[in-house]
Amino acid sequence: MKKLASRGLKLSFSKVMLWAGLAFLYVPMLILVIYSFNASKLVTVWGGWSTKWYGTLLENEQILGAVSTSLKIAFFSASMSLILGTMAAFVMARFRHSWGKMTLSNMISAPLVMPDVIIGLSLLLLFVHMADLIGWPTDRGMTTVWIAHSTFCSAYVAVVVSSRLREMDRSIEEAALDLGATPLQSFFLVTVPVIAPSLIAGWLLAFSLSLDDLVIASFTSGPGATTLPMVVFSSVRLGVSPQINALATLIIFAVSTTALLAWYLARRSEKRQKQQMRQADLQMAPA
Amino acid sequence: MKTLSLKPTLKLPNGRIWTLGVPYFWLLLFFALPFLIVLKISLSSMAIAIPPYESLFSFTDEVMEISLNLGNFLLLLDDSLYVSAYLNSLQVAFFSTLGCLLIGYPMAYAMARSTPRQQTILLLLIMLPSWTSFLIRVYAWMGLLSDTGLINNFLLWLGLIDSPLRMMNTNFAVYIGIIYGYLPFMVLPLYANLVKLDPSLLEAASDLGSRSLHTFWTVTLPLSKGGIIAGSMLVFIPTVGEFVIPELLGGPNSLMIGKILWQEFFNNRDWPVASALAIVMLVLLIIPIALFHRYQSRQMEAES
Repeated sequence: MKKLASRGLKLSFSKVMLWAGLAFLYVPMLILVIYSFNASKLVTVWGGWSTKWYGTLLENEQILGAVSTSLKIAFFSASMSLILGTMAAFVMARFRHSWGKMTLSNMISAPLVMPDVIIGLSLLLLFVHMADLIGWPTDRGMTTVWIAHSTFCSAYVAVVVSSRLREMDRSIEEAALDLGATPLQSFFLVTVPVIAPSLIAGWLLAFSLSLDDLVIASFTSGPGATTLPMVVFSSVRLGVSPQINALATLIIFAVSTTALLAWYLARRSEKRQKQQMRQADLQMAPA
Repeated sequence: MKTLSLKPTLKLPNGRIWTLGVPYFWLLLFFALPFLIVLKISLSSMAIAIPPYESLFSFTDEVMEISLNLGNFLLLLDDSLYVSAYLNSLQVAFFSTLGCLLIGYPMAYAMARSTPRQQTILLLLIMLPSWTSFLIRVYAWMGLLSDTGLINNFLLWLGLIDSPLRMMNTNFAVYIGIIYGYLPFMVLPLYANLVKLDPSLLEAASDLGSRSLHTFWTVTLPLSKGGIIAGSMLVFIPTVGEFVIPELLGGPNSLMIGKILWQEFFNNRDWPVASALAIVMLVLLIIPIALFHRYQSRQMEAES
């Protein structure tokens, strides 16, 4: 009896911490969202409900331009890092131990924790050197940011995809190879459909990381390409502004909708896969 | 028949080389090589030119001269500004990692003990903030912590304080910002570790008469060591070089090395000193990075 009571107490302590922690994570963002509808120009004084800051936001051409730059960079970076990250994940999960695999695994997981300022600085110095030696890139801008983002995002894609590759049943791949498929065919026709949810998740993660990055983009970008975080940062440095509150609300809304949708789709496809497997098992059973 | 049997054996090594080679070459060029260049620039001296440093190699009268300038590193040692910025960064990173661990561990523990259905929802709730813009999440605290901010207004209204507390632009604000920003990165690996923990081990411990707190210390905690290391490194290492949080929430006293590096680079245009700062930061972080890497590569490679 006593044992049970003390266990209940400990469980409730961690439960309380869980809910307190979630409140800590969500309340500041909730307040930000509420204050974006504040009519008052003074951000800390409530002046009634209004949506006027959203109106001024849509007229701000600097912000709109930065949004389109950021979206373009994020799209191409996410796509490139999906290719690089999936290849690296395949090496990690499927290849036998070798010197090449070891150095690749060293390089792919390092950007996960490397401070942004170091990645940004080192890439900028590389681009300056390359321009000096081979005459490219002549200007820093979207291309250089794309290279920088693809590099650090591919590490995240590799983590997400490799965990799915490890869970995957390898016998279907082997069956495809036994039945005469080339490795490339077996990868695209068998492996890709199975790991598709993790490919989507990895792409979305890379997309959001690229959209979010301030430090690396600031180092590697040039005057022609100002990303959204760079605009937000230079404005936020001067203090809280109602327009940024409105922008922040839109970002939070966009991110949570996408994340919820991706989560829902991933769960549905996982469920369907399990169902199909169960059906296959049932059909196999009598034979 | 012959071509059929030859085809896979011929294609396989080819495909393997490409799969390994493409990411390998990309990372070699855009991740490993840049570090060597940083090292090189850190050994050169500053110049008023574009780019603003002098070349290490000079070739005059058929003599190749290599001049290595250690002055940048000596400057870092000499000037107390840099030394205290490094020490302060390490201190802030250490205590915020500890804070994240103390808050995150019970959270991850409670998540791992929930029903599978609750777990997927809780996992989404933890991950969602880390997908939302980091900059925006730091910015949210600016409105809360300032002298006329929500927290001060609320405390004044309650009558708990007479004059606003100074929270913005202090180390306190930096700690809040870092714990807030990095908490999901602590909870996720801890959860991934705790959820795999075999409940029968705990049952065995309690069947053998172990009290639950004792079980926690002797069974759960040691078994979750991997998650604790991964989570702590995911918080500690980026925090040492953190720029956005000390810049927006910190004051003139909250010196952190990421901020100093940024200023040297963008404001003073002193690329060699900025490079030297980065090199020293990397040296300081090499043990934590190695620890993290060992855990990560074990995670990514097939263990079964």
